[in-house]
Amino acid sequence: MRATVYSGRNSVQVENVPDPQLLNSRDAIVKITSTAICGSDLHLYDGYVPTVKKGDIFGHEFMGEVVETGPDVDNLSVGDRVVVPFPIACGNCNACESGMYSICENSNPNAGMAEKMWGHSPCGIFGYSHLTGGYAGGQAEYARVPFADVGPIKIENGFSDEQVLFLSDIFPTGYMGAELCDIKPGHVVAVWGAGPVGQLAIASAYLLGAERVIAIDRFDYRLRMASEKANAETINYEDVNVLEQLSEMTGGRGPDACIDAVGMEAHHSNTGLHAYDRVKQATRQQTERGAALREAIMACRNGGTVSIMGVYGGLMDKFPIGSVMNRSLTIKTGQAHVQRYLKPLLQRIENGDIDPSFVVTHTMDLDDAPKGYEMFKNKQDECVKVVLKP
Amino acid sequence: MSATSERPPTPERKLARFLGWLSLALGVPQLLMPGRVNRLIGVKDDDESRMWQRIVGGRELVAAAGILGLRRPVAFLWARVVGDVKDLVLLGRALDGKKGDETRIGAAAASVIGVAALDAVAAVQGTRAPTRMEKDRQVRVTAAVTAKRPVEEVYGFWRDFENLPRFMAHLDSVEPGEHGRSHWRAKAPAGRSVEWDAEVIQDVGNRLIAWRSLEGSTIDNTGTVRFTPAPGDRGTEIRLDMEYVPPAGKAGAAAAKLFGEEPKQQVNDDLRRLKQVMETGGVVRSEGSPEGALSARQIKQRPAQPPAEPVGAEGSTS
Repeated sequence: MRATVYSGRNSVQVENVPDPQLLNSRDAIVKITSTAICGSDLHLYDGYVPTVKKGDIFGHEFMGEVVETGPDVDNLSVGDRVVVPFPIACGNCNACESGMYSICENSNPNAGMAEKMWGHSPCGIFGYSHLTGGYAGGQAEYARVPFADVGPIKIENGFSDEQVLFLSDIFPTGYMGAELCDIKPGHVVAVWGAGPVGQLAIASAYLLGAERVIAIDRFDYRLRMASEKANAETINYEDVNVLEQLSEMTGGRGPDACIDAVGMEAHHSNTGLHAYDRVKQATRQQTERGAALREAIMACRNGGTVSIMGVYGGLMDKFPIGSVMNRSLTIKTGQAHVQRYLKPLLQRIENGDIDPSFVVTHTMDLDDAPKGYEMFKNKQDECVKVVLKP
Repeated sequence: MSATSERPPTPERKLARFLGWLSLALGVPQLLMPGRVNRLIGVKDDDESRMWQRIVGGRELVAAAGILGLRRPVAFLWARVVGDVKDLVLLGRALDGKKGDETRIGAAAASVIGVAALDAVAAVQGTRAPTRMEKDRQVRVTAAVTAKRPVEEVYGFWRDFENLPRFMAHLDSVEPGEHGRSHWRAKAPAGRSVEWDAEVIQDVGNRLIAWRSLEGSTIDNTGTVRFTPAPGDRGTEIRLDMEYVPPAGKAGAAAAKLFGEEPKQQVNDDLRRLKQVMETGGVVRSEGSPEGALSARQIKQRPAQPPAEPVGAEGSTS
């Protein structure tokens, strides 16, 4: 089959690889109809996530048609149309039973590696380094889906792929980011990063009752999408001082909740400060560039909540813990527990509350994946979200 | 998931360290104040005897550094024995040449003979002790995991030793025998296998199982597993404590490879697989780790793409 494989820093290629096979009795094989490039794929592509190997198949946002099921998969049949959640979760362990699917205790065969890095291991993830299992990803013609009796959701109505595809990751991720904010009537929420997760976090914050949502980014076209499609107020951090602007907009209080939808490769409007983080990251003295998270913490109102949905891998320099402690901030975070959100969010789509397909700017053939990565990384052609068709 | 390993100092090692410190205590004054040492042991204090004191003192410091600094200081222990003989020769010459106080020289010679005996004992022990590589194979490893299944079920699964190869990566098979005995077969490099017999030495229902290999086994090993209900209705806490001492020689080297370069990691992985089997029905596999959790595989991952050759599906019904 054709698959998008990592071929070195800033490089992916579409190659012929062996077809997937059932490795566990609870596996299914899915023939992929749509798959997307995620912002977090760029962290792998840029070489900032350890344990990514040449030849790894990328991709953790995908959907398609079931073509084979293992003997212990009794809820799916060949021909079913399914969206596959990016966290691989067994459904049996204490974490899964409490709805924390992204910290499934069984799905990472390389848990020993992750324990060395993080103390304990999170779940396995499709196409997302060997620290999270070494699973083949879904930017391919076919994928093996472990624990297919727990993860995939059947799509039985006439929605287009684009309308439901993002149930696999960015819609639940954005939604969970907003849900962690514990939004109350009258709350003002600020969202750093107007990429695909940021857009859906903004939309979700409104779904959950926010009074106002403010989007912060440096690309006007992304802020325009946030404003036009998701109804956000906007700040371009290259034009104004974000802390002053947020203070002004919130009557001096600061936002009630701040969502970091940026992660480990943040930019800073101050060239010197950006260079500091950039050099430390490039020389591997830190794995994260923390400009967005630091600013989100400093901006948040006393007693407010900072929700981290952007991906971080290891250690950050200059983390403003004093601001968190002395001002009674709450930090909430986690990879999205997608399995928990599939049904309620599909219901939201069915109700017409939201159509997540508004983030899609580019649709291309799987064979054009290298071009898609380049466009997405370099923000060419006003790129927000790339969907690939195998 | 947690694991520890430990190795307390042996009596042999303690004796060697004592001798190392003795070398240091002798060498420093000999080097810095040879005249005083000469007078103390009754040797006539002149330029020649001071020179010899400095030479011997320097030798003592080298021996001290070697014995205290190395994990396996056998050569330095033997050097001490040779040095003791030389010292006796020197003292004898001092006595022959009427160069000093006979009583004091006699006392010094007696001390040297006493220390020489200790040196000889330490050197012989050091020579007989397992080499550094072999000593590293004597390992005690403990690990713990929680599985969300009732204690009775986890205990019952383990008590049926035939199940052990389902999660202990190095085992091929365990065949039950009579009187609590069992025959264990493990994979060895180059398609060979290592076999031994073991017996259950303690079995407390739903609480504890302990076993050990029978005398004369290729791998001298013991294991204890304890089961406790996890607080908050979270299943069973499983604590494994294993110790193994493979013999020297080729068989031992092959046996050691079974337990891998990282025994702690391996035992952790075994318990991880046990948890997977108990909770999900099988060992969880990925394209990068198609055998499931395996410490050797973690060092050398396959690319995350489907294997070309058929692997077959692992799990409860296959």
